[in-house]
Amino acid sequence: MSSTAPLPAASVASSRMIQVLGGIAMLSGFLVVLTYQLTLPRIEENRQRAIERAVFQVLPGATTRRDFLVDDSGVRPASEGGSGTKVYAAYDADGKLKGIAAEAGARGYQDIVRILYGYDPACECITGFAVLQSTETPGLGDKIVKDAKFLANFPLDARLAADGRQLANAIVTVKHGSKTGAWQIDAISGATITSAAVGKGLNNSAQGLLPRLHPHIDQLKVQP
Amino acid sequence: MAGRKRDDTITADTFLEGIWRENPVFVMLLGMCPVLAVTNSVMNAIAMGVATTFVLIGSSTLVSLLRNVIPKQVRIATYIVIIATFVTIVDYIIQAISLDLYNALGAFIQLIVVNCIILGRAEAFASKNRPLKSIVSGLGMGSGFTIALLCLGSVRELLGSGTLLGFSVFGAQFEPWVVMILPPGGFFVLGGWLLLFNWLRERKARLELKEETVHAR
Repeated sequence: MSSTAPLPAASVASSRMIQVLGGIAMLSGFLVVLTYQLTLPRIEENRQRAIERAVFQVLPGATTRRDFLVDDSGVRPASEGGSGTKVYAAYDADGKLKGIAAEAGARGYQDIVRILYGYDPACECITGFAVLQSTETPGLGDKIVKDAKFLANFPLDARLAADGRQLANAIVTVKHGSKTGAWQIDAISGATITSAAVGKGLNNSAQGLLPRLHPHIDQLKVQP
Repeated sequence: MAGRKRDDTITADTFLEGIWRENPVFVMLLGMCPVLAVTNSVMNAIAMGVATTFVLIGSSTLVSLLRNVIPKQVRIATYIVIIATFVTIVDYIIQAISLDLYNALGAFIQLIVVNCIILGRAEAFASKNRPLKSIVSGLGMGSGFTIALLCLGSVRELLGSGTLLGFSVFGAQFEPWVVMILPPGGFFVLGGWLLLFNWLRERKARLELKEETVHAR
């Protein structure tokens, strides 16, 4: 603005600038923390509900769930805290274990595709999956949740090998139309990369989780 | 000094300017990043528009209130801090309202910070006007932005998915033009709207010119 007389630079003391910037930063901090505190319960509730919805979607028939942590030493309830892979054990109305849901993820076409998959210990198979986060191309990559032929890949064989230290057959995504085994995922033509990401994510997660989880599966079957 | 003593009256134009004559998207071509990126559905367009409007009004108010306190040398830094505050607030609020919506908008909520409409209005308007006038103007600009996003979002969702706000419009036999919800579709639709707006403006200018020559006789 030419109409306001330009102030000489030296006319404002540095201390004043610091005061103003500091004051505004403090005000900003206050506003942000206030909003954070006010919205936190709702956000937590939304997150819980999103996970619950996904768990019950991948394990049909389930009505309640409990969270567990799995690591090398075994399985323990998530409420005890500590580190480990989080899994969700889901039970039907009679309190019987329907299956276990866990998160998996792998790089897709745009970004990491995060999915939640259901594992049924009775058939030692992956019953299905739900997408938690995906930025895949609409109309192509998002077919993984809509394409009937792709969804027919499930239940997917996830038996453990005889030594119980890995899967009997690694889960792989194969080219569209060349599926031969129950552990293979038939890719969607046109969404090969996203299909491969689903396979890779499932394989990575199942290879690491199932050998640790399986010896302790009875611990999950009892519902308090 | 004309600039010092500004007109403080709020007229309908203070509000309407942002919607039509200085529409941030169709006239000033500002904030193109969210305009092209999140307008693949009506719902996303509305959410983005409302979020931007909220940040615009919030930052305009605060900048306007503090306009006599902020030293000229640090004004841009101050504006950015103020804008970032409101963006963070809106970020939390959207997460609290719906996580699905939050995931759909992705990084573009945080990127409102660098939306040049907001910094532009803080610098060009709010820092020189009284709070109430700044709020009205911010509301106008925000509405203009939202309307523009809606224009793009509705066309893209209609052609790209065959739906409007999630409801099927054309029925099951409609084969969606997937390109419309992909990034190129954003450019096509924006180009189409700009063509329309410029044609309307040129026609108006031509008519005015004609009228003037008639009166001059």
